[in-house]
Amino acid sequence: MKNALPRLSMLLAIAGILSLFLFPMWKIILYAPQYPTGVQMNIWINKIDGNEPGTLQNVNILNHYVGMKYIEPDAIPELTYFPYVIIAMACLGLVALIINRPWAYLSWMLLMIGLSMIGFYDFYLWEYDYGHNLSDTAPIKIPGASFQPPLLGKKIILNFTAVSLPHIGGYLAGAGIVFSFLAYWSRKKLS
Amino acid sequence: MKTNRSIPFRVLPAISLIVLAGLITGCGNQQGQAGAGAISGDAASAVYVPPGQYDEFYAFMSGGFSGQVAVYGLPSGRLFKVIPVFSVDAEKGYGFNEETKPMLETSFGFVPWDDAHHPELSQTNGETDGRYLFINGNNTPRIARIDLSTFETAEIIEIPNSGGNHSSPFTTENTEYVVAGTRFGVPYPQKDVAINTYADNFKGALSFISVDKEDGDMNIAFQVLLPAFDYDLAHSGKGESHGWTFFTTYNTELKNTLLEVGASQHDKDYIAAVNWKLAEKYIAEGKFKEIPANYRDNSYEDKTHMATSKKMDKVRVLLPEDCPGLVYFLPTPKSPHGVDVDPTGEYIVASGKLSADLTVHSFKKMLTAIENQAFETTISGIPVLKYEEVVAGVVKEPGLGPLHTEFDGKGNAYTTFFISSEVVKWNVGTWEVLDRVPTFYSVGHLMIPGGDSKKPQGKYLVALNKITKDRYLPTGPELTQSAQLYDISGDKMKMLLDFPTVGEPHYAQGISADRIVPRSRKFFPLEENEHPFKALGEKDTRVERSGKDVHVYMTTIRSHFAPDNIEGIKVGDRVYWHVTNLEQDWDVPHGFAVQGAQNAELLIMPGQTETLVWYPQREGVFPFYCTDFCSALHQEMQGYVRVSAANSSTPLVWSLGEPEPEQ
Repeated sequence: MKNALPRLSMLLAIAGILSLFLFPMWKIILYAPQYPTGVQMNIWINKIDGNEPGTLQNVNILNHYVGMKYIEPDAIPELTYFPYVIIAMACLGLVALIINRPWAYLSWMLLMIGLSMIGFYDFYLWEYDYGHNLSDTAPIKIPGASFQPPLLGKKIILNFTAVSLPHIGGYLAGAGIVFSFLAYWSRKKLS
Repeated sequence: MKTNRSIPFRVLPAISLIVLAGLITGCGNQQGQAGAGAISGDAASAVYVPPGQYDEFYAFMSGGFSGQVAVYGLPSGRLFKVIPVFSVDAEKGYGFNEETKPMLETSFGFVPWDDAHHPELSQTNGETDGRYLFINGNNTPRIARIDLSTFETAEIIEIPNSGGNHSSPFTTENTEYVVAGTRFGVPYPQKDVAINTYADNFKGALSFISVDKEDGDMNIAFQVLLPAFDYDLAHSGKGESHGWTFFTTYNTELKNTLLEVGASQHDKDYIAAVNWKLAEKYIAEGKFKEIPANYRDNSYEDKTHMATSKKMDKVRVLLPEDCPGLVYFLPTPKSPHGVDVDPTGEYIVASGKLSADLTVHSFKKMLTAIENQAFETTISGIPVLKYEEVVAGVVKEPGLGPLHTEFDGKGNAYTTFFISSEVVKWNVGTWEVLDRVPTFYSVGHLMIPGGDSKKPQGKYLVALNKITKDRYLPTGPELTQSAQLYDISGDKMKMLLDFPTVGEPHYAQGISADRIVPRSRKFFPLEENEHPFKALGEKDTRVERSGKDVHVYMTTIRSHFAPDNIEGIKVGDRVYWHVTNLEQDWDVPHGFAVQGAQNAELLIMPGQTETLVWYPQREGVFPFYCTDFCSALHQEMQGYVRVSAANSSTPLVWSLGEPEPEQ
């Protein structure tokens, strides 16, 4: 049983990142008096949608007053190639599981952490672009104001309170990284 | 039939005059003091619903001669919506836009008004289920079905061979049928005859309208042809009496003039008990006559966002003489008005409005009397049961002018008294009066949520008053009618609140909010829009001419129309503005109004398409704009249509925004 722990952990790590195809990884919620239950946008590994069918359109309608670009998932290339990165990482995870050596698990974990950091940086760049790259003909112009949503946590943007948090997929993928560490650690203790 | 007058009848008018005079002069001087005095304890906190919180109950009140239905919250008495039903409503474009015009088509053509009387909620197993609200149109006999997921009128069916659709649209336990009894006898079928041949040529039809289990579609299943009495009100049986419907009658004297005297002569009129389960059997056996009839069945589709009007040309009729056991008459004192069946289905309460007492019949005794053939006489093949054999009890001298009764589900009944202007609580079984409270003034119907169903939610009672006199700030000769709210959770009734109503509220229905809220829709999904003139995005917007008809495929989204500049329209054209609201969010309707429109505005819900017809009369440039404050840039939501001379060569062009400058 003890011998199986590293591989079992790695299997859970793979399941964790593959859950990104089942659940959104991130959510941004906008609260305002007129939106008492909030407008919740969900960011998946391969798409952007919301808690209701019209969410994205509603966010775009709100954004256009201040001249923000329309969020068009088709225009975000990451949503096309990120799924391949995850599938590749799942395959590499299987390879690590077959090799079943501490270094294999550790390499996978570090690679995954690295990719996540790049992902976050990329997310930040998109947010910066949406928040700062405003149309010259925007109906509402507020000098010096930025409409960039927070990377993580809460921020007040005009009449909105924007909250940015991991969604289920994000938590499970994070847990996957922890499991890959568990695989490394338990395998190391065996040798 | 007996025609001798009883003593109470002779003294009644005198008493009522004294009482009325007392009420009017007495209360007029005290400026509503009587009402204030009737409030005890902390009534204000009992009806206070804090800002932002929901009421416990919905109340649907008939708008009476406004033809509409008003939706209130209880206990607060706050008005949420007026649902247009039988009357045009310029505010919502109802009956003005092309989509809803067919709803008001009848065999008499387009009828823009009616007198709405009795709202009735659909039921499942005898309990209100929150799916539909039915209401009758009295003047041009019709029944409407309102869909409670959209709070919009979904269907209106006309009732043929009927005049004054008053005993309607009371439902059966599982909404198998809603009924429509004619209040006025009419020649059957309609023909040119001398009015004083009433007794020979006139008939009274009771219609049973089936309601489809799945989609609510109404159809006239059959009519039962009876003598030309006035069929006043109705209620269907429940539990053990499920399968029967009871109608009150007056004018069993068959008079056609000065009815206030002529129709008040008989000591007893009747309750007509119709065995509709047996009627179904007779229909299945083919014992009906198919009679030519001219009526309309109008339905509104949520996907096409359009109504269609269907012409109907026949109806199935059952004649009691061919259908033994179909109808019985239960003698009931003095022009009974309301007929109300208690939650168990055993007791049938008849409010003889000119009687000193309240008569309660027993369903079990009725069945026994039928079995024993305890008949007094027979009218047109319909057995009249012996009064003593069917009566269960009498509430002795409870008040003057009883009209309607509802139940609290705890063994008590509550009856309104129009003349003595009060609600009286009495025990079902002992017939003992338990409590009485005044109303201000002259109460007609009353309503307890679920109070005419098998499971009343007996917390509140609403009295619906015809006269308000000094109750509110005066508004000239025409005053509002009112609703009064009572707490009936304890032994004694307590008045909590009164509030003005839209039009004259006849009957009302109440239902706990949790049976409606989860079903309430927020918008119509664009992808389900099947309107033939929809534009599902700004790419689809365009203007098309075909002869003198111009079709504008327009969209709205915060905060612009597409297109918003249109040229090439000519004097003498007929312009159809087909406006699709592209919004997909709750509470974001857009309005559309164009100068010179002779109909109304459009008020388009998210995902909906509506059409306004506009006849440009003169050359010029005319603005159009959004009428419903939609957003921070609502005032900018405007556009222009250019109208040229009939013989001009202005090209048909349309646009939104200025062309992008060349780089």
